[in-house]
Amino acid sequence: MDDFLGIAELSTKTLEDLLDTAQALSEILSRPIKKVPTLRGRAIANAFFEPSTRTRNAFELAAKYLSADVVNFSSTGSSLEKGESVWDTVKTLEALGVDAVVVRHREAGVPQLMAERLAIPVINAGDGEHEHPTQALLDLLTVRQRFGRLQGLRVAIVGDVLHSRVARSDLYGFLALGARVTLVGPPGLVSEEWREWGAEVTWDLAQGIRGAHVVQVLRIQRERQAQGLLPSWQEYRERWGITREHLGWADPNVLVLHPGPQNRGVEIDSEVLEGAQSAVLDQVRNGVAVRMAVLYRLLGGAAE
Amino acid sequence: MTAENCPPEAYQIEGALVLDPFTGREWSGPVVVEGGRVVEAPSGAVPVRRVEADGLWLVPRLVDIHVHFRSPGQEWKEDLESGSKAAAAGGMTAVATMPNTVPPVDDPALVTWQRSTGERLGYTQIWPIGAVTRGLAGETLADLWRMQEAGAVAFSDDGRPVWDSRLMRSALTYSQSLRVPIIQHAEDPRLFEGAAMHEGAVSLRLGIPAGPAEAESVMVWRDVQLAALTGGRLHIAHLSAPGSLEAVAWAKARGLRVTAEVTPHHLLLTDEAVAEWGYHAVTKVNPPLRPQAVRDALIEAVCQGVVEVIASDHAPHHADEKALPYAEAPFGIAGLETSLGVVLTVLVHTGRLKPIDAFRRMSAAPHAVLGLSYPGIVPGAAADLTLIDPYHEWTVEPERFYSKGKNTPLAGMRLKGRAVATMVRGIWVMREGAVSAACWDA
Ligand SMILES: [Zn+2]
Repeated sequence: MDDFLGIAELSTKTLEDLLDTAQALSEILSRPIKKVPTLRGRAIANAFFEPSTRTRNAFELAAKYLSADVVNFSSTGSSLEKGESVWDTVKTLEALGVDAVVVRHREAGVPQLMAERLAIPVINAGDGEHEHPTQALLDLLTVRQRFGRLQGLRVAIVGDVLHSRVARSDLYGFLALGARVTLVGPPGLVSEEWREWGAEVTWDLAQGIRGAHVVQVLRIQRERQAQGLLPSWQEYRERWGITREHLGWADPNVLVLHPGPQNRGVEIDSEVLEGAQSAVLDQVRNGVAVRMAVLYRLLGGAAE
Repeated sequence: MTAENCPPEAYQIEGALVLDPFTGREWSGPVVVEGGRVVEAPSGAVPVRRVEADGLWLVPRLVDIHVHFRSPGQEWKEDLESGSKAAAAGGMTAVATMPNTVPPVDDPALVTWQRSTGERLGYTQIWPIGAVTRGLAGETLADLWRMQEAGAVAFSDDGRPVWDSRLMRSALTYSQSLRVPIIQHAEDPRLFEGAAMHEGAVSLRLGIPAGPAEAESVMVWRDVQLAALTGGRLHIAHLSAPGSLEAVAWAKARGLRVTAEVTPHHLLLTDEAVAEWGYHAVTKVNPPLRPQAVRDALIEAVCQGVVEVIASDHAPHHADEKALPYAEAPFGIAGLETSLGVVLTVLVHTGRLKPIDAFRRMSAAPHAVLGLSYPGIVPGAAADLTLIDPYHEWTVEPERFYSKGKNTPLAGMRLKGRAVATMVRGIWVMREGAVSAACWDA
């Protein structure tokens, strides 16, 4: 593995290895001194061309816990505003001697195009509506920790699937590891086409989450309403919002995930988010572990 | 260029199979050119040079009625000289240039300038298309008649549609008093808003913002209805959607004055090319590359004559612009120098069309669309001729293009057949791939 661009291109074996590595590394996170020397002397650049606090923080902490140095670049106030191309920006980071670059960009494919231009590894931290592979890793790890397996689990991904890179990466990951995936959302925000890939597709929340062991709740973007894709938030909540009442359709031991940040009272209610079935804090902690695993695998040189 | 500086010569082209879509005749026999025209026999006043053309095809007046030469205003992408040379290299003896330049060609003076510059350069004939609306703003009609008098061969706001139904009605109505058609770039701006490729399985996988084929066909259906209402002449540019084919067939069945063109890239490629090129914007074109079933329908429509014209939509861009992330990069494929090769590869060598019928779509048919006449290879006709080696296999190497635009997803592909010599008004402007203003012996 030279780069980490998407779940779709990973073998099942690699995916499982990454989860095993993340599981092992997650133990570091419960130590009082969270530092191992694995990547001492290595430098990681976080190149975020789209705002993100959560993912960037997780990558930064993951790098630091592995003793790597981190340089953060974000497009606000950068040379980009002077017209520099994204390629020149990352080329410059490479010339500065960083050992890997973590990229977030609002357009699909940018990490892949960067990987072609750079000799150092490129890690996709979310590209447009394409993939968000480390998010899928942390979701997979969180579910595996809770159930001890992924094989045979029923997973529902609920919301604006069409515009979601999280949904795509989750779909590939859960399917690859043997879960059954149902995509649930309003007409126009889920595509029938995904049946071809092995997912079930429905507009009906009750049907979509019936018996589900895992419900991944996608963030609904405010702009979908302005684009004419959705009626009011009230109507969205009543049809697709994950309320305590709606969650009654799922398996009694259902695990609720949300990639964050949440619109409370729209796609998810606070009482669910803060309830016993919610795994959002596990997700955040695992977010650091899986990013450590990816950095370790690309730069540590140990895994094969 | 050559005309004044070279000693006058006559040419006797021998051994070629002559394919003349204007007369429908095919024959083997010498074609003689003197004084810029086809003649019965040399007059004897000037030396006669014999041109051996065994195994080649000779076709008159190949034209490409949809090209972007970017001048005035965007000469870093293309200019009239580089574009004209690309036309000569591609075997095209005339091109119709789209008016979406900076400023746009919405004024007779710019029409005159483009046309006369083309004549001065001499590599191909430049037939300017004028803007339908002033400044391409889609608000008020440009001075269509004055532009026509200056030499405009059609009107279009290409690059964008005339989306206002009332204005489109006006343009079609007004065009009845003209000799030329309104060429529509059919695209519902809201249905394709923010889109960078065709909406389907491939866009879903790649996560690239996409729009449906109906973004085109809803406007084609509206426009054929307006053609029925007005009796005006409508030509659909770069048709690429099944619904558009149905609309054009509907219009033709009713005897409306509606014609259409497809591009070689829509006949050759599908949206899978976007995945194969891995997010490189070289595949980004508007209308976008479509799935295989649509490609098959377009080929069938060309063969059946529902679509009568093939035109390249040659859209050169600078490499730095095409290197932008997919959604930010401009739309367009530089197609002038591959058009003939694609048509031969996809339509002729597969046995789908007879050679003369394939060439009709790039000669007689576009003349009819523009209301222009050309007699074919008969004495007195302007000597606009292309010699084609139909079996020459070659690899597309954009770095060897005469066009400034190297942006093509055909790069590296093998094509079968290409132009080997182009003559414009009796002067050889391209021989064996080399475009030159030099005299024969130089
Ligand atoms: Zn167009």
